[in-house]
Amino acid sequence: MDEPAATPRLVKRHRLSTRLWHWVNALAVIVMLMSGLMIFNAHPRLYWGQYGANADPAWLQIGSDGQGGFVKLGSARIGTTGVLGRWTDGEGRVQNRAFPGWATIPSTYNLAAARRWHLFFAWVLGVGLLVFLVRAVWNRHAQSDLRPRLNELAPRHLWREIKDHARLRFPTGEAALRYNSLQKLSYFGVIFILLPLVILTGLTMSPGVNAAWPWLLDLFGGRQSARSIHFIAAILLALFLVVHVVMVVLAGPINELRAMITGWYRVPQPKEAD
Amino acid sequence: MISRRALIIGAGGLGVAGCDRLNESERFRSVLRSAEGLNMRAQRLVMARDALAREYSAADISPVFRPNGTIMPSTPEYQGLAAGRFADWRLTVDGLVRRPLSLSLGQVQRLPRRTQITRHDCVEGWSAIGKWTGAVLGPILDAAGLRDEARYIVFHCMDRFGPRPYYESIDLIDAFHPQTILAYALNDQVLPVANGAPLRLRVERQLGYKHAKYLHRIEARATLTDLYGGRGGLWEDTTDYEWYAGI
Repeated sequence: MDEPAATPRLVKRHRLSTRLWHWVNALAVIVMLMSGLMIFNAHPRLYWGQYGANADPAWLQIGSDGQGGFVKLGSARIGTTGVLGRWTDGEGRVQNRAFPGWATIPSTYNLAAARRWHLFFAWVLGVGLLVFLVRAVWNRHAQSDLRPRLNELAPRHLWREIKDHARLRFPTGEAALRYNSLQKLSYFGVIFILLPLVILTGLTMSPGVNAAWPWLLDLFGGRQSARSIHFIAAILLALFLVVHVVMVVLAGPINELRAMITGWYRVPQPKEAD
Repeated sequence: MISRRALIIGAGGLGVAGCDRLNESERFRSVLRSAEGLNMRAQRLVMARDALAREYSAADISPVFRPNGTIMPSTPEYQGLAAGRFADWRLTVDGLVRRPLSLSLGQVQRLPRRTQITRHDCVEGWSAIGKWTGAVLGPILDAAGLRDEARYIVFHCMDRFGPRPYYESIDLIDAFHPQTILAYALNDQVLPVANGAPLRLRVERQLGYKHAKYLHRIEARATLTDLYGGRGGLWEDTTDYEWYAGI
């Protein structure tokens, strides 16, 4: 009970391949998200199907009517002045663009430059993911650490973990060395579903790739559907990124960051009544 | 004390400013640009030389085919030709060819033709499907007889952006692709002025800005570096769009 916290136990938590990929991928994902938002600004409308342009019905539109910014989702119209559609840039000028300058690369409207960033870092993202996946299956990181077990997916188990997370009650001791099922689900979902999905839908927008691999068009139901799915997957990745960073900050940013840089992790001890 | 929130926002701001700074560095931009060659080589590696762009059925045609860029060239020369329904218009085929050609619209329309329902993908992100009929480019180049040094086909256009004439270029792989046509009809109608009358290029495995409109001259060249801005196209010269626009 009166265990002194003087001897924190350090363990090697993350492999070198995991740490390298984590940071390369973090950079690639952030650049892809921000340059992607600039590309979206060139035509801030999304459609389902093979084709879609201004005269066709868009399921999502971010725009400005000259007075205020709005997001149109189906038939619902939400005012977003100041944030989306119509906002004020760092120099106090009003801009009528979908996503604001602080969220895009470059920060001002430049489709050509955004495409250069996007199509370069696409290789970093794609090759990085491929190398990591091969390595993670080879050294069984995927099977033993990332794959959710059946019993972990039981609703009762998940509900308990959701409650623990909501109360910011984080696992300690040996339990802190394994990923809990919510972590497993989100990491597994990002690595095996969202990232491959965002890459494949990105390729489906390429007219060259369409000629080489026309089955991609059938898989996603057309180029404009692929563009919509690409955007949805990107937004989900951005949400993951936000939640991930928040959880790191709440769980102890120094220890978590050190673990992902050097590999060494201080095992959190259970807090006794003190 | 600096709050964590301020720190994060500050770091984010630095990141964006840093990206803008990097974007102004010519050396950094040339690193980013290296992906263009990689994309072209990768696509050519996985794509058969004559792999066809998807062709759609009549039911898939866009109700409205959105015109883009120039929709009415402003020069008096063009407007005079348009007023005469292009009776005085000629297509010149010259440069590194053994037999330069000068073709009237009627002559172009009697050449071997192809009709295809294909998707037009703008670099901005939108797509429109239309039915195009036009003269296949390959046989025209064969009739002119390309010299051995010819590597690129340049398309000179009658529309201007300020002082600059629009132009575009493709290599011989795309020039001799079976779907590469000089279109004079859209959706079974005479090609409208807004879509590039009297003749526009269709190069179906690349983005929309490569599909030069308002053609009047086709030139075979060994290199693109000594033509206008040297990047092989108006948008390539002025805004740094990729010359290879397969993605």
